[in-house]
Amino acid sequence: MKPAPFEYHAPDSIDQAVELFSQYSGEAKILAGGQSLVPAMNFRVVQPSVLIDLNRVGELSYIREDGNVLRIGSMARERHLEFDLSIVKRIPLLNEAVPFIAHPQIRNRGTIGGSIVNADPAAELPVLMLALNAGLKARNSSGERWIDAKDFFVGMFTTALEPDEILVEIELPFSLNHTGWSFMEVAPRAGDYALMGVAVLVTLDEAGKCKAAKLIYLNAGEGPVEAKEAEKLLEGETLNDELIESAAGKASQEEINPFGNIHTSAEFQRHVANVLTKKALKQALQRAGEMS
Amino acid sequence: MSQTFPIMVTVNEKDYRREVEPRMLLSDFLRHEIGLTGTHVGCEHGVCGACTILFDGESARSCLMFAVQADGHNITTVEGLAKDRDNLHPLQQAFWEAHGLQCGYCTPGILMTLIPFLKQNPDPTEEEIRHALSGNLCRCTGYQHIVDAVKLAAEKMK
Repeated sequence: MKPAPFEYHAPDSIDQAVELFSQYSGEAKILAGGQSLVPAMNFRVVQPSVLIDLNRVGELSYIREDGNVLRIGSMARERHLEFDLSIVKRIPLLNEAVPFIAHPQIRNRGTIGGSIVNADPAAELPVLMLALNAGLKARNSSGERWIDAKDFFVGMFTTALEPDEILVEIELPFSLNHTGWSFMEVAPRAGDYALMGVAVLVTLDEAGKCKAAKLIYLNAGEGPVEAKEAEKLLEGETLNDELIESAAGKASQEEINPFGNIHTSAEFQRHVANVLTKKALKQALQRAGEMS
Repeated sequence: MSQTFPIMVTVNEKDYRREVEPRMLLSDFLRHEIGLTGTHVGCEHGVCGACTILFDGESARSCLMFAVQADGHNITTVEGLAKDRDNLHPLQQAFWEAHGLQCGYCTPGILMTLIPFLKQNPDPTEEEIRHALSGNLCRCTGYQHIVDAVKLAAEKMK
């Protein structure tokens, strides 16, 4: 229950951090908020020989509007996302979902970048990144590149980052006009890992038809799972109960792939996904109407 | 031998200078290095909340941080709440009066969770109190007297 010894570095700039990470490529782990890494180290499930702590890299901690996108430094704490007024106004889905992430004591330390790179299929932020079409900026010692969220999450706890790349910035387009949102999850207790959850976005056209829909699930497979076929059922249509019912059925029965665990069967996860999808779609649709 | 780092940490308004190995958890630093054993250690993986402290004024799990990360930072532990034995913090007084503890193991973490909670939400509903307590495990009380104590504390602190 105590971590194995490691060599510790606490750089104070991004340049230093990427330099160190490339120098110790393969041996080093990045320490962000530590809310998943440190428990794993305490259990000695993870025993990095080198730890590069980003908590002194002040330039990675910001939330700012830039044209029609929001830019968030990867070390911004989840607790800061929760109360940020730009997020309230510009990306209401994110504002609604952040309080579902663990407990305030965890969100005070946990970072947006840490949770994204950890890529836990049961985590909220990867789902939100996919729903919000996030751009993710990675840096290494030779430069930087942007990765779309849809290409970033490649499997269970696995991302498209190269071994020497550090996630430095998250770019989130502002919510579109006439767009409604909803985030819902079911957990045994507030703050526990949810047994199922969904992020929903619905964009309406001038005539009130569904122009675009997003249905992304957590704890529903090897990463955040998008129900693309269910989205197609909704797009171009005037949404009604019948359509919502069939989209929820398609998503929960055919598109997600929950594994079940000690707390729940896969069958119950599918049932919860069905119920949540219907509720969340209705809420998003109503909000989209109000935003018109 | 492993590398060590000199650190200076302010705990309950007092500065402490020590040399620490980077793998030393902040919870162990508080207990073993500076002798503040009020911060309890339950699960050491961030679930039970017994080790909750204030890190720069915000609640955090001290078992999920390394002492070296606290260099130059400000920490408040449960020992920092009461002025002295006869002048408990109103939150502590409320826990005493409403029987908000039995064995007391979870109590320091619960108190340190509630300090920022009550600052932010001085007049909480029962539902909000239970929500705020969801990150702290108590195996004795069934939480009912803890909830009562928080209500009483909110009254006292008005």
